[in-house]
Amino acid sequence: MATVKVKIPTQLRDATGGEGTLEIEGDTVGSTLEALFVAHPELRSRLADDDGNLRRFVNVYLDGEDIRFGDGVGTPVADRQELQILPAVAGGR
Amino acid sequence: MAATSLICRECSSTYPLEAQFVCSRCFGPLEVAYAEHDASDVDSIRRRIQAGPRSIWRYADFLPLGAGSPTGSGEFATEAGLPAGGTPLVRADRLAERLGLREVWVKNDAANPTHSFKDRVVAVAAARAKELGFTTLACASTGNLAGAVAAAGAALGMPTYVFIPADLEEQKILSTGVYGANIVTVRGNYDDVNRLCTEIAGEREDWAFVNVNMRPYYAEGSKTLAYEIAEQLGWTVPDRIVAPIASGSLFTKIGKGFKEWIDLGLLEAAGTPSGLPAMSGAQAAGCNPVAAAFEAGQDVCRPVKPDTIAKSLAIGNPADGPYAIELARTTDGTISQVSDDEIREGIRLLAETTGIFTETAGGVTTATLKQLAEAGAIDPDERVVIVITGEGLKTLDVVRGTFECHEIDPRFEQFERVEGRTEVTV
Repeated sequence: MATVKVKIPTQLRDATGGEGTLEIEGDTVGSTLEALFVAHPELRSRLADDDGNLRRFVNVYLDGEDIRFGDGVGTPVADRQELQILPAVAGGR
Repeated sequence: MAATSLICRECSSTYPLEAQFVCSRCFGPLEVAYAEHDASDVDSIRRRIQAGPRSIWRYADFLPLGAGSPTGSGEFATEAGLPAGGTPLVRADRLAERLGLREVWVKNDAANPTHSFKDRVVAVAAARAKELGFTTLACASTGNLAGAVAAAGAALGMPTYVFIPADLEEQKILSTGVYGANIVTVRGNYDDVNRLCTEIAGEREDWAFVNVNMRPYYAEGSKTLAYEIAEQLGWTVPDRIVAPIASGSLFTKIGKGFKEWIDLGLLEAAGTPSGLPAMSGAQAAGCNPVAAAFEAGQDVCRPVKPDTIAKSLAIGNPADGPYAIELARTTDGTISQVSDDEIREGIRLLAETTGIFTETAGGVTTATLKQLAEAGAIDPDERVVIVITGEGLKTLDVVRGTFECHEIDPRFEQFERVEGRTEVTV
């Protein structure tokens, strides 16, 4: 298990008691997010759809690299890596 | 049509008209919602538009300002911001003929104050930022937006911060710095800049990032391209629009502009199943996430690492991509891609047949028109409008080496030798 620094965007900090950075354990992006959702249950419904997949306007970066360039939520994580969650900046229709 | 709220495009949650761009319930994008116009009021709306200024503010009824229009003490007062919009729509018969088409029009948005369509979106975002009490303007940019924000800030007396990829074309950096902007060059591509700015926008809540926290207002400015085209075509809808896609916002908002006016009865629907023009999107092959998803029949774009001369379109992770794909599909449109060589040829084709010199994004658009015409994807009887979003002088390097000069001594015989070797193509 690695310990990953997870950066929470301002829009979600009301669900983490105001914390902007959390230390979370996991071995992949997916298991790290799962541990995050267990620690802060409200984040699950806001970031994932009913099937458990990340919503399409949620972007996740591992050390600055979009996880979709890796293996998505299956991308392995290592100690002290930074996992950043950000909203996609779209303009609506 | 007064703006009433921000509404989530995904889950329809509503929020007050403040500087917010993301739904706190589902992370979906927010857009501006308006009270419906009274359809019996159509004639007076049309008269109000026709009596309005020659800028985007003639469409103030359809824009999200509390005050309607910022042009209080006159259209050309600096406090009103830059007079965006009112750009020419030019009938391009020689371009049409070259491509075997009947009717092609060029919407030349390089004729805006800072020479790109970005003046439209910045005008709306900056005016709304002022209304909300912000004092600093900022943006993440591939170049054109940086110049538009810097100039708008100079006109309005607001300090500006612009964040751009460090490898941007020099002309775009020079034509931004001259306005006194704080320029931050980021080692990375636009998607890296955008990620950084999304983070900064969360941490600097007193900054108006025109394309982050002000994005719902910003994006509305692009609708004015559709309004202007319709008005310039005598209050009619063209059969097809060809426009570039970077984030996908411009493309989708042009569709929204036509739809609003058709729904209201200001325009008669086009003779297509959707009633809208066929919407044809244009991307560079070196940054094609939306075209690739469209061609593969997918709804979601897989991000790419951009590698193209069309830097103003080099967004590898386009947030409005899903909506652009949806719009192209529902209007029987297309989204296609062209190579860097085709982009250079597109720039030359437009320049040589219309006298309009566009930057690489316009090369993408013109090359896409050519590709569609040659593939027979455009009915020769269609009335087509191509949207030229920026100025060729900002990307001069790409035309270097595409033509030759003839150096001579100042002697008539030498000139005659050159004359014998050259031929002006018409």
